[in-house]
Amino acid sequence: MTEFLLVFRRDNTTKEEQPSPEQMQAAIKPWQDWIGGIAAQNKLVRPPQRWSAEGKVVRANNLVTDGPYAEIKESIGGLIFVRAADFDEAVEIAKGCPVLAWGGNVEVRMAVSPAENS
Amino acid sequence: MEEEALLPHLFRTEYRKMVSVLCYLFGIKHLEIAEDIVSDTFLSATELWGMDKPPENPTAWLYTVAKNKTKNYLKRNALFEQKLAKEITYTANEADEIEIDLSEKNINDSQLAMMFTVCNPCISVEAQVALALNLLCGFGIQEIADAFLTNKEVVYKRISRAKEKLKSANIKIAQPSISAIDERLESVLTTLYLLFNGGYYSVSQNTTLRKDLCAEAMRLTYLLVENEQTNTPAVNALLALMCFHSSRFDARLTDNGEIILYEDQDETRWNSALIEKGTYFLNQAATGNRVSKYHLEAGIAYWHTHKEDTNEKWENILQLYNQLLQIEYSPIAALNRTFALSKANGKKTAIREAEKLKLTDNHFYYSLLGSLYINLDSAQALQHFQTAFKLANSIADKATIRKNIDWLITEKTVANNK
Repeated sequence: MTEFLLVFRRDNTTKEEQPSPEQMQAAIKPWQDWIGGIAAQNKLVRPPQRWSAEGKVVRANNLVTDGPYAEIKESIGGLIFVRAADFDEAVEIAKGCPVLAWGGNVEVRMAVSPAENS
Repeated sequence: MEEEALLPHLFRTEYRKMVSVLCYLFGIKHLEIAEDIVSDTFLSATELWGMDKPPENPTAWLYTVAKNKTKNYLKRNALFEQKLAKEITYTANEADEIEIDLSEKNINDSQLAMMFTVCNPCISVEAQVALALNLLCGFGIQEIADAFLTNKEVVYKRISRAKEKLKSANIKIAQPSISAIDERLESVLTTLYLLFNGGYYSVSQNTTLRKDLCAEAMRLTYLLVENEQTNTPAVNALLALMCFHSSRFDARLTDNGEIILYEDQDETRWNSALIEKGTYFLNQAATGNRVSKYHLEAGIAYWHTHKEDTNEKWENILQLYNQLLQIEYSPIAALNRTFALSKANGKKTAIREAEKLKLTDNHFYYSLLGSLYINLDSAQALQHFQTAFKLANSIADKATIRKNIDWLITEKTVANNK
């Protein structure tokens, strides 16, 4: 089993794309059911951390800007770590991610073990 | 009380108190001395009460005799001068002046202090549970072996090794400091949780023994609730969990000690006083910002005290299992979560999720799959129950699975004859 990083991205800035409070409320269950399902397979590496919607971007020359990120409409909504045998399995897990229903995407990355690092 | 039953009863209720108080006084290094004095006290009682009638106030008699034996021991034993005098918690110039305080408060303080000593991470969790039963609950080696379905030698070895370790590490028996509570309350709770589960889920046929185990775990947890410093949200949540579970103790067993499944239980036999207590402690637990696994498990147990199958009930149970699994995985939680999923999101979703669990050496896994396929695909259901039957070890489990197999076969015959 290898660790994989699943990063969820979606457009958090365009006004028309944002969910209503009711939709936000209704979105909680699919997320919990999805993560609960991963945990039930003992494939969740650690409890997920929730992240605030605001953010800052730091660039060279001490340039700090608040989100939204004009030129990259998509921003990170969250991330989880999972255990999977290979990329195929990790991708299979990612396919259940509720962000897909919101027009978002999931980036899947595999952890590199120290031996492969050099 | 019957005279023959009096001494065993007193042994159960008083032995542990006297041992705790004496250990508290002597320190862990002299644990055996404390145990010897108390055993000796009970031996005297057996001899004297057997010949004559028991005294008017048997408990007071035991305490007085134990006090005297302790004083005599301290007086005549040179050890006291050399070693014990320096280590003794109470300042005293002469053995005579040592106050052996068997007041309720000191008994509770001693037991609380002992709890933190016994739950020291230098000994294994199994040993902590056995030692807690032995020293804090007054269970004999045989009883502990019976409760955990193991043999006396194993328990004996486990306990004596643990005692040796505590002694050589010279673990203090003291009122836990704030930092000790922070560090070790977690492992104290684990031990109490296992102690309770040991009684609740044991396949031992001895119902009285199992009830005693649960009652002892609750008594010790209650000691933590009563102490201001240890009265944390997690402790209250654990006690709530124990109350909710115990409320079903009588309803979940037949007279022969066989398990009655939740769905088949007669809810009029659930103990409403315990459910009320559980609800009280669960409310007490609802402070702070940390959700422990005991909070989640107590929440699940709370919803199970509602017999009626509502969407609200199963949706809540599902979400609590989702959270519990994120904190701590266990196969049984994964299976229960999938059952709740079938109730909340439908059987087909649950089957898809169940098949991902791949707990292929677990008979509960196949029983779950079997029950999910009932009314959807009887052939699949039957096949899963048959696999479960092959994997199950205990007679009780096999009998439960057999019922399902028989029922499915009868259904099939009825359907074919139509």
